[in-house]
Amino acid sequence: MTSPLLEVKDLDVHFGALHAVRAVSFSVAPGETLGVVGESGSGKSTTMLAVLGLHPKRQGTVTASRLEFDGEDLLSKSDRAMRDLRGRRVGLIFQDPLAALNPLMTVGRQIGEVLVRHHGLDKHASRAEAVKLLERTGVPDPLRRAAQFPHQFSGGMRQRVMIAIALAGRPELLIADEPTTALDVTVQAEIVRLIRDIQQASGMGLVWITHDLALMARVADRVMVMYAGAVVEEAPVDRLYATPRHPYTAGLLGSIARLDQPRGVRARAIAGTPPSMDQPIGGCAFAPRCPLRFDKCTVAPPLIPLGDGVRAACWRLSGEQA
Amino acid sequence: MTGFSNRFLIGHAVGIAGVAIIVAAVAIAVFAPLIAPVPASQIDLHARLVPPAFVEGGSAKHFFGTDNLGRDILARLIYGSRISLAVGTAAALLGAVIGSLMGILAGYFGGRVDAAISWFVDVQLAFPFTLLAIFLLGTLGGGFYAVVIVLALATWVNYARVVRAQVLTVKVQDYVLAARAVGVGTPRTLWRYIFANSTAPIIVVASFSTAQAILTQAALSFLGVGIDPSIPSWGAMLNDGREYLQKAWWIATFPGLAIALTVLGVNLFGDWLRDRLDPRSAR
Repeated sequence: MTSPLLEVKDLDVHFGALHAVRAVSFSVAPGETLGVVGESGSGKSTTMLAVLGLHPKRQGTVTASRLEFDGEDLLSKSDRAMRDLRGRRVGLIFQDPLAALNPLMTVGRQIGEVLVRHHGLDKHASRAEAVKLLERTGVPDPLRRAAQFPHQFSGGMRQRVMIAIALAGRPELLIADEPTTALDVTVQAEIVRLIRDIQQASGMGLVWITHDLALMARVADRVMVMYAGAVVEEAPVDRLYATPRHPYTAGLLGSIARLDQPRGVRARAIAGTPPSMDQPIGGCAFAPRCPLRFDKCTVAPPLIPLGDGVRAACWRLSGEQA
Repeated sequence: MTGFSNRFLIGHAVGIAGVAIIVAAVAIAVFAPLIAPVPASQIDLHARLVPPAFVEGGSAKHFFGTDNLGRDILARLIYGSRISLAVGTAAALLGAVIGSLMGILAGYFGGRVDAAISWFVDVQLAFPFTLLAIFLLGTLGGGFYAVVIVLALATWVNYARVVRAQVLTVKVQDYVLAARAVGVGTPRTLWRYIFANSTAPIIVVASFSTAQAILTQAALSFLGVGIDPSIPSWGAMLNDGREYLQKAWWIATFPGLAIALTVLGVNLFGDWLRDRLDPRSAR
């Protein structure tokens, strides 16, 4: 196995009393796609923002026993060193491309911002490079489009602009936070293809956050399932879909509405709601909703290695049965 | 539908009226030497307290009459516009610079910075400003720049409050996070991303602050502090006319009307701007 590009061990994020991310560990290798799934508020985005040091220090406390990018410790880096890292070595794509673009700057300048900041290009050179990046991300008529403002772009085109910004620094790791959620289905497919093509061409590591399980099956090499701020299961993508080990993963997969099922077969929802995160969770966070819970579940289960890169946090898998 | 378009048109008519008043006032101030019938300080002791031309005993030579030294009121009004507009605009601009800066700092950094700046704002709003202005002008001495600075101190709080509120909403936008995510530094984020997206209310506040500054400057001149009394200004003319209110009402009345009209124009313009720039109010 190649040495990981990003290695995170026991990452915790607190916002005051709110324990948003709980002992999350994962790693991403160069050229690999790690999918992160989980419902809203499960800590997916918070985890990634914490990795990039983007939580304001006054609001959030980030701790980890290990947080390394390409062998360098990120927690001990100065703000300035982190700014040098962000945008150049690590790119970030947001969910809502309209909200993530400055309405008062032309897209050419916003792409150029990265080039000026990280590659020391002057205005003229950064403009030419921005046009090239727009062309590469499939924006037609890039020369004219570079001089336009975000509101003059359609949703899909805006996301292409965001991708161009994220790629401008030629990052080794790209974090895509639900890049297709705000888009039409037809546009989604194009954006997915674009990001994958770019990854294959550049060999960068990719973290793909989504709650779309069908999409995840197509893009990810490995999948990490998060629930209530913690990882409940991690597995290679084919293993996860074939044999989900954690009851929550199984529930998620069972709740997908499918067109190939006979009429009358309904998608099953998981009963209940996720726990509130501002109180300590005793035991397994999923236990109150779990159809398989037993007395052992009052103690929080560790991630149990199950071979072939599969890990899941459930006492049922430890061989102990009620 | 007609209700909508009527309101739209009336709104525009009011805005245009405001703009027309402002343009007229600026033109008068700029071309004062060309318009004024006689120099503003030309004393004619043979023609003291002449009533306006349209009143019995008035003379066509002095359309708005003369004051106690025989100076032409119309000429003094025309020259007086220069001080009012210059002081009003300069004070509003200086206030905008100070207030915006404070508002940005308070809104962006929050915490103690915010508490300190908000405390200053509250104290100033609670303190009778005229008293503060008289005290400051008494210590600083008068003069154009002193008055501008003092009036900027009167208006900065307006900007600081509005900008702070705006920055609070803008700083949590995704594009600010996105800027940080590509490594843009704090000063640049503040300027290009946060301040640039907070300017619309500043323009509106600027118009109202200009009106406020013109009014306050007149009040200070009336009280005899600030601008050198030998320079004609509307506020000083009011003060001059006070003693003669019984005998010669025109000395104080016309500068009073000039102040009211100018302030009205600026306020109408400001109202119209606010409706145009605030997406929440109906167009």
